[in-house]
Amino acid sequence: MTEILVLVDHLEGAVRKPTYELLAIAKRLGTPSAVFIGGADKADAAVAAVTKFGAEKVYVVDDAEIKGYLVAPKAEALQQIAAQASPGAILISSSAEGKEIAGRLAVKLDSGLITDAVDVQVDGGSPVTTQSVFAGNFTVQAKVTQGTPIITVKPNAAAPEEVAGAGTVENVTVTISDSAKKAQVVASQPRQSSGRPELTEAAIVVSGGRGTGGDFSEVEGLADSLGAAVGASRAAVDSGWVPHTFQIGQTGKTVSPQLYIAAGISGAIQHRAGMQTSKTIIAINKDEEAPIFELVDFGVVGDLKSVLPAASSAITASKG
Amino acid sequence: MNIVVCVKFVPDSTADQAFESDNTVDRVGVPGLLSELDEYAVEQALQLKEKNEAPDSVTVTALSVGPEGAADAIRKALQMGADAGVHVVDDAIAGSDALATSKVLAAAIKKVGDVDVIVCGMASTDGGMSVVPAMLAERLDLPQVTFASVIESQGNQFRIKRDGDIATEVIGAVAPLVLSVTDQTGEARYPSFKGIMAAKKKPLESYSLADLGVDAGEVGLSAAWTAVDSTEARPPRTAGTIVTDEDGSGAKALTEFLASKKFI
Repeated sequence: MTEILVLVDHLEGAVRKPTYELLAIAKRLGTPSAVFIGGADKADAAVAAVTKFGAEKVYVVDDAEIKGYLVAPKAEALQQIAAQASPGAILISSSAEGKEIAGRLAVKLDSGLITDAVDVQVDGGSPVTTQSVFAGNFTVQAKVTQGTPIITVKPNAAAPEEVAGAGTVENVTVTISDSAKKAQVVASQPRQSSGRPELTEAAIVVSGGRGTGGDFSEVEGLADSLGAAVGASRAAVDSGWVPHTFQIGQTGKTVSPQLYIAAGISGAIQHRAGMQTSKTIIAINKDEEAPIFELVDFGVVGDLKSVLPAASSAITASKG
Repeated sequence: MNIVVCVKFVPDSTADQAFESDNTVDRVGVPGLLSELDEYAVEQALQLKEKNEAPDSVTVTALSVGPEGAADAIRKALQMGADAGVHVVDDAIAGSDALATSKVLAAAIKKVGDVDVIVCGMASTDGGMSVVPAMLAERLDLPQVTFASVIESQGNQFRIKRDGDIATEVIGAVAPLVLSVTDQTGEARYPSFKGIMAAKKKPLESYSLADLGVDAGEVGLSAAWTAVDSTEARPPRTAGTIVTDEDGSGAKALTEFLASKKFI
């Protein structure tokens, strides 16, 4: 079986859920090998985590030399591991960083690249991807025809499989060029954790828009009663009510949760681009003509200021 | 200082975007325009020029690779204030993937020569891969500072701010470099009447692949390293149930719907 490389997406050694989804996909294509680029002291925890979800091999690259130099050194490290492993495919999370690493790697390896896959299946031994394009209005099936398929995969594309692999560790020393170190992080301010699920990974998302009038407490209340993440429309972000990291849509995040609840959001095409593929969609809006109602499975024409708190109380009560 | 701003001519996303029979994006039958997200790139390129100590020494060149209509996207950038336009147009380019497009862009940037800053939008509004800036940086062996929400520069020193999921970061690099900007950088200007008139006199050069020394066999649909097997319009969502809230009935119906779908 050929090796399938999975770049581990992690925060200081804490492996993020999309990595487990990539490992499950890698298993369909061949033998999953994880690539961990991070601090040497964090490697053990990360290796244990990916082994639990099926990594047969883990390439460990100590990032002491390259930390803070963004994506270029990571692409070089992957290039060198790929040269050694001759993998059948390379899977990377479809984050901003993941896609940039993939872009550089594709040029280095003379290989085709597919981004933002929402599913990856096997056809005749090679990966076939599904993408959702044009604001979710079209579904595209594609494959890579040249070199080593490099595929970036969106969160929730597969269910993680908790079946332990061998987890054989191979420490890799990579040579990083000086030109890969020309852009550097000079300051970093960590974001405060909200305690809610990560927006792109959440099973339920509750979003607020202009209709909140700037007060997100009802949206947050409903989100917390459902254990959901909180999102927002561009109108709410541009008004300064919530940070840009909350934004769902063309220039924000794309989410595809089991349930999406839009409160006080009219549903402009740019917003729809970020949420249209959600499984179930609910909207609450005062304006019965709001275009969001064209998308919904269930809609309430009414004031979110009264509907949301009443629904939150009922949901909390139903949980006893 | 030489600034090149990459602009893409895209199908209007408010029109009905579609695919051709060969599964490439329909770039002729659907009305096209300058990608909205590239307007922010043009704006930031112009601001870099205006903030320079000697603005007249700075040239902003709008570059587009695309069909005949792509000249419209360049013209819009010229109307906004760019100094010159470069349009790479060649029948062999149709159907190119991001890898081939970045190859053609890189060759065109080399043709412009001595470029200090390459400004791109954060993504196109059609393909939306967000990978061309990284590919350009790789091909030109330049540092990349991408997804900027704030840009500061002093001489050839650049610092940008970007809002990541985990942290807000400040990234530093020295030009020449590739920069990509988000919509958070601020509204793009509208062309003024004066700008529209002035644009008519600005140089807009057109190059073929041969002019750039790019082998036509390396680009286009037949040379693409990815193949689209099928494209399918997403079935329209079936009309949902809409209720009107009266004295709390909305919340009750909403809760019942959530329960029926096993969300609670």
